[in-house]
Amino acid sequence: MSKTTADSPAETPADSPRADSSADDQDLGAAGSQLSTAPVETAMPGSFGGNRRPGLTGWLAWTGREALGWARWFWRQLTSMRVALMLLFLLSLGAVPGSLIPQSGTDALKVSEFQDAHKTLGPIYQKLGLFHVYGSAWFGAIYVLLFVSLIGCIIPRTWQFVGQLRGRPPGAPKRLNRLPAYATWRTAAEPEQVREVALAALKKRRFRAHIAGDAVAAEKGYLRETGNLLFHLALIVMLIAFAWGQLFKSEGDKLIVEGDGFSNTLTQYDDFKSGNLFSDDDLVPFSFNLKNFIGTYERTGPNRGTPSTFQADISYSIGAYGKSEKHTIKVNEPLEIGDSKVYLVSHGYAPVVTVRDGKGNVVFHQAVPMLPIDSNVTSQGAIKVLDGYKNAQGVAEQLGFAALFVPTYAKGSGTMFSQYPGLDYPVLNVTGYHGDLGVNSGIPQNVYQLETKNLKQFKDSKGKILKAQLLPGETMKLPNGAGSITFDKQIKEWAGFQVVQQPGTTWALAGALTAILGLAGSLFIQRRRVWVRATRGADGVTVVEMAGLGRSESAKLPEELGDLAALVHDRAPTKPADGPKIDAPKTADAPKPPADDPNTPNSDADTHDSDSGVEPPVPAEGAEK
Amino acid sequence: MTLAAATDIASVTNLAAATNEHLANLSNTLIYSSMAVYTLAFFAYIAEWTFGSRSKIGRTAAALTGAEAKKAAAPAVTVQNAGGTAVLERPKVVVRAASGSRDVPDGPGAHGGDEQGDLYGRIAVSLTVLAFLIELSGVIARAASVERAPWGNMYEFNITFSTVAVGVYLTLLLLKKNVRWLGLFLVTTVLLDLGIAVTVLYTASDQLVPALHSYWLYIHVSTAIICGAVFYVGAVGTLLYLFKDSYESKLANGGKPGAFSTSVMERLPASANLDKFSYRVNAAVFPLWTFTIIAGSIWAESAWGRYWGWDPKETWAFITWVAYACYLHARATAGWKGRKAAYLALIAFGCWIFNYYGVNIFVGGKHSYAGV
Ligand code: HEM
Repeated sequence: MSKTTADSPAETPADSPRADSSADDQDLGAAGSQLSTAPVETAMPGSFGGNRRPGLTGWLAWTGREALGWARWFWRQLTSMRVALMLLFLLSLGAVPGSLIPQSGTDALKVSEFQDAHKTLGPIYQKLGLFHVYGSAWFGAIYVLLFVSLIGCIIPRTWQFVGQLRGRPPGAPKRLNRLPAYATWRTAAEPEQVREVALAALKKRRFRAHIAGDAVAAEKGYLRETGNLLFHLALIVMLIAFAWGQLFKSEGDKLIVEGDGFSNTLTQYDDFKSGNLFSDDDLVPFSFNLKNFIGTYERTGPNRGTPSTFQADISYSIGAYGKSEKHTIKVNEPLEIGDSKVYLVSHGYAPVVTVRDGKGNVVFHQAVPMLPIDSNVTSQGAIKVLDGYKNAQGVAEQLGFAALFVPTYAKGSGTMFSQYPGLDYPVLNVTGYHGDLGVNSGIPQNVYQLETKNLKQFKDSKGKILKAQLLPGETMKLPNGAGSITFDKQIKEWAGFQVVQQPGTTWALAGALTAILGLAGSLFIQRRRVWVRATRGADGVTVVEMAGLGRSESAKLPEELGDLAALVHDRAPTKPADGPKIDAPKTADAPKPPADDPNTPNSDADTHDSDSGVEPPVPAEGAEK
Repeated sequence: MTLAAATDIASVTNLAAATNEHLANLSNTLIYSSMAVYTLAFFAYIAEWTFGSRSKIGRTAAALTGAEAKKAAAPAVTVQNAGGTAVLERPKVVVRAASGSRDVPDGPGAHGGDEQGDLYGRIAVSLTVLAFLIELSGVIARAASVERAPWGNMYEFNITFSTVAVGVYLTLLLLKKNVRWLGLFLVTTVLLDLGIAVTVLYTASDQLVPALHSYWLYIHVSTAIICGAVFYVGAVGTLLYLFKDSYESKLANGGKPGAFSTSVMERLPASANLDKFSYRVNAAVFPLWTFTIIAGSIWAESAWGRYWGWDPKETWAFITWVAYACYLHARATAGWKGRKAAYLALIAFGCWIFNYYGVNIFVGGKHSYAGV
């Protein structure tokens, strides 16, 4: 474990306000230490092995010492602030390419387009994992290192902090007048009396205080460190929750036509992805039916066609024999069942189509879901008659129709692009094939497309490709008594649902909220120490000295010290003859009070000691409240 | 097109409500008027700088060369009245600068301690207040005309953003913080921001964009705008810190800065205080920024079914967050204080700006606004 400052006073915390101080500030030593638990930067020694005795055992012992030394050194480096800083920087740098290069996780199509367009760059990117940055080994390495560092940092810091809480604030440094805020006066009260008064005053203000020697030592603001530790712990909780969620999550898509249903088992999904540790038994048992889908769109204005309502009315039941309940799923309002959430993610039309054979027998009657290809729901799909059909010669065959559907046809324009997403003027464009659909070949097929390899297209009597634009109720006859296809007067809608199961979300949220809380404590609370020394001067009069030290300089510190001094002063007032003036100890380098009015610190510097610029009150402080 | 995409560029709400032409025009007029008043304020700030006295300058040099000569001597002290009523009775508190840092006094501000300059400065601030109020009414009129929050597209985002930035500045002034030196820099960029808004980004107000109806979105976007405005103020402070710091170190090393830079730099607060100012500002909003990201992911969870999906906008929010965390760490790490940390702060703010402009314009993704 990295060594903390607790046991080695020589290693003043590198970031304590006094770390860079000159030699004459050294006497602050212990008083200034441990104002935070931040780890200390350590220099790299040349060797850890020390003297090497001759012979094999000597070599072994030396190697052991050396290896251990280096291991400890690496660990210290990893858990140092400098490396944490570097890793954080790397993490943000590493996240950049993933936002600029298409990612297979979010848009696989764009990735393949990119690869087609960039023949040389594509494979290089592929090798570097740039198409899945956030799952790549190198990105993982950065955050794993960061979190090892975080854990390695947080544990010793916590122990150190517990030690600080159990110990007492360090005693007063020798020369209080060297601290950032200082006050002194002479009083007729006895030193013991002053110390008691000070102790009471500090305790009343919720300082942890005790008398050490001739002075009272007090400290306050431990919540800062608590908040900071809490924040970093919360980060760990969040990461674990995140990783847990990734490992156990599942995500499946299902397209459902109005009137149809779904039950939550693996085989029912159109598409299913899951984390490495997910098992099928984890699926929450429920089922639902899509009763009705409602989509409405803006009629007028520049936003004509933008959706204003999407909602799916369903009835669902939990478990095998659960009671059926009604529910409406909207885009922002998923249905939650146990760990599962059912989101409404897409929609489209499913025109009902009837196919008859030459004898007029119905061989196909179904709502066929069509896949939208633009925002006005121009859709395409395939109608596949797999069995039950016999051609004019009485031979069993399969039929296939490539279909294009528009909810609002642009009359007379000749384009087959929809003009509006609502069902204003629906038209179904079909062209037919017969032969073998190839569905039994074992190769997975796209349900929305025809595999035309073993199919022959129907031609009309003039040898032209047979196709028709059907209005609802219209029928296209197939040539030579092959039958017909009818676009029924019924158009159903379908809705696409995504069923997501992601455990750990609550933990991630709890972690995140704790992080904010801890952060606020860490950033808004100032940790500071106050000392009150009361000694008998050479002339027998008691000299009171008060000083404050914070982790960072703050305008609040002198203010607080002033208030505290006033409290003590009330009970141990200035000795009448002296008057309330600064009475610095007679050391050579004691600060001399400026002669002029302290309220105009901007007046020309030369009215002060020639070497003293004047520091006016610190400006705005946002951080300390 | 999937529903998520459809609802992103449009809306599933009924907030579309009929556009109120009249209010929209009123809003435009107000925004243009505020620009006019900001321009007047801009000239008043310029007047403050130019007519402000230069007789008081050279204090930094005096302080630094003095300190050079007597390094071992005690650093500056200030005597502060501790405040309260019984001032005379209270012991006085002596404040000492941290040893190791330069002991440089704060500049007097843009007016240079000159009465006439100060008058111009006060006029400038009053004009800024006026412009702020006009712009604020413009934003409110815009919101009323579209009957939704005024951040449906980049035009609206821009006008809201600059309003909030000026609001932050005025609030700091109201809290009696020494920030008047920010005025000129702020008003200049506000004018730029509004200029871009009304020319390049303008979108007719009946353009309806992603008003997904989740109150998390409202929380998320409004806090994001506040964070951006405060980060911006912090970044200006950081930038000025860097200038002032190099000015001070030039002086400390016996260099002679030009008359212009002397005149400007001498009026700014000491670099140490500029540094402290920007740290406090940045540190103060960092928790809010953290919250903004969390609010966004809660909303994403209900809209898209995942709370984090590495969408470009999310990614850049994360990058910005980590960059600011980096900066805060740097401040706590020996050897990284001062300039190095300041560079990190500027990088972090750069990330924020890129997330706002760059991602919307160049990258796309689920968050991009339809009308840019
Ligand atoms: C996921 C990575 C991390 C993030 C996002 C993060 C974030 C932060 C933030 C925002 C602060 C500012 C709070 C303050 O100034 O008091 C902070 C402080 C601090 N962090 Fe981290 N941190 C991370 C990892 C680490 C690691 C690995 C270490 C250990 C080496 C560490 C040690 C510290 C310490 C000691 C402070 C307190 C500094 C002080 O007392 O002012 N952090 N961290």
